[in-house]
Amino acid sequence: MEGKCVSYVPIYGVEKRGGVANCGVTISDRQISSPIVTEPTVLVVMNNLSLLRFEHTVVPDGLILINSCLVDSPVQRSDARVVRIEANKEAEALGDGKVANNIILGALLSLTGVVTLEAVEKSLQKVLPKRHHKMIPVNVKALEKGAELAVAYKNSMKE
Amino acid sequence: MKGNEAIGEGAVRAGCRYFFGYPITPQSELTHYLARRLPEVGGLYLQAESEVASINMVYGAAGAGARVMTSSSGPGISLMQEGLSVIAGAELPCVIVNMMRGGPGLGNIAPSQADYFQATKGGGHGDYHLIVLAPNSVQEIFDMTGKAFDLADCYRNPVMVMADGIMAQMMEPVELKDEDRFEIPPRPWAASGMLDHPGKNLINSCYVVPEEMEEVNIKLKEKYTKIIREEQECEGYLLEDAEIVLVAFGTASRICRAVVEKARLLGIPAGLIRPITLWPFPADFVAGNTGNAKCFLTVEMNMGQMVEDVKLAVNGKAPVFHYGRMGGMVPVAKDILQEVQKLYNGGVVK
Repeated sequence: MEGKCVSYVPIYGVEKRGGVANCGVTISDRQISSPIVTEPTVLVVMNNLSLLRFEHTVVPDGLILINSCLVDSPVQRSDARVVRIEANKEAEALGDGKVANNIILGALLSLTGVVTLEAVEKSLQKVLPKRHHKMIPVNVKALEKGAELAVAYKNSMKE
Repeated sequence: MKGNEAIGEGAVRAGCRYFFGYPITPQSELTHYLARRLPEVGGLYLQAESEVASINMVYGAAGAGARVMTSSSGPGISLMQEGLSVIAGAELPCVIVNMMRGGPGLGNIAPSQADYFQATKGGGHGDYHLIVLAPNSVQEIFDMTGKAFDLADCYRNPVMVMADGIMAQMMEPVELKDEDRFEIPPRPWAASGMLDHPGKNLINSCYVVPEEMEEVNIKLKEKYTKIIREEQECEGYLLEDAEIVLVAFGTASRICRAVVEKARLLGIPAGLIRPITLWPFPADFVAGNTGNAKCFLTVEMNMGQMVEDVKLAVNGKAPVFHYGRMGGMVPVAKDILQEVQKLYNGGVVK
């Protein structure tokens, strides 16, 4: 939609819900070489074990985005930007706990600008099958809420 | 779209209506996809009791003139080798997908390129070849699946689409071309009843009299020679002035492209050859690029398999080295670049 190259690769196999499972997403203006992400610029963390395992891989000055409803461990890195968001709580406040992922995504987009919020909103129409289109408004709300929280974070940093 | 799903959609859009297979990581999503998709277009998806059964069902369907496919990963492909040899001997068109994983034995489910020898040098018994295609993006997986069916029909030969766990599992945007436009050539040889052809059609790979068997072998050899002459496919990147030529296919070739770019920034004249057909190996293209090359470096996710074909093609004109990760490990650009620097600074390239 924005003419960028993208690839996604999951670590597949014996993963379980709530356990350590990870995936890599690469977004680039150029052709992507390896889809495997070894030095992420952004790390999204959704449980304590994952933080322990992947914290050190983030590039210096990278972003560590934490769902603080699921993660309470402290971050050891001092050379990365750490943003904690209560994604589940915020999602439930919107009426659907399942949109916690888009709270995080909204914040991520606002903090990095890697693609625009509008492009993601538009792509929901495309990637979701028609029968799920009634879920789009609450997901858009979640994206916007996430972005709003990120802006609040940025403002608090300025002070 | 996932790599596995791209194969499934590519097959359906190429007119494949029969799939016999057995789930195995990392290709299971392909079986899931076709289990849903084939009935939508009036096709048949059948989960066989084993890979041995799958490949023999493919033999039957291909013999009856259907466009048919099976898929698996290393251990399952090993089980299919007897059937593959029979299909090659009986000259039947079909497509086999191998999403390679770590081996030998049951190994693991991580991405690997360790089945190169098995795919390109035989695998089953007897003198035969599969045509082997090695895509390196999800788009190419989609495109090549259609091409595989066409090649299979053109030569009445089994064609393997070979990739690895990363290609199977990764998601990339895909442009779905040629929606439902396919042409299946007539099959006057098929054992499909006697309504549309005179005389008996017999599908067979058993020739007890050596003279007769040799005649078949000669015919097969002529076919393979024609394939070698006409179907080699390859991609070159920054080769004009390359002194270090990397050779890699599939996932490794994507990583090597980045390595070449990084090496160029350091002032090292590197280039990349990416074989797209593994059999026939693009020997002519490799041989044609020995002019400036001071050395070749093959990068594979195995302990050194394609390097032998590169050596044969280079034919002593330059030294050929190999860098590989094994067991499901994927090489990283940094490490390959280090290897390139070592060769460049170590005096191999002067």
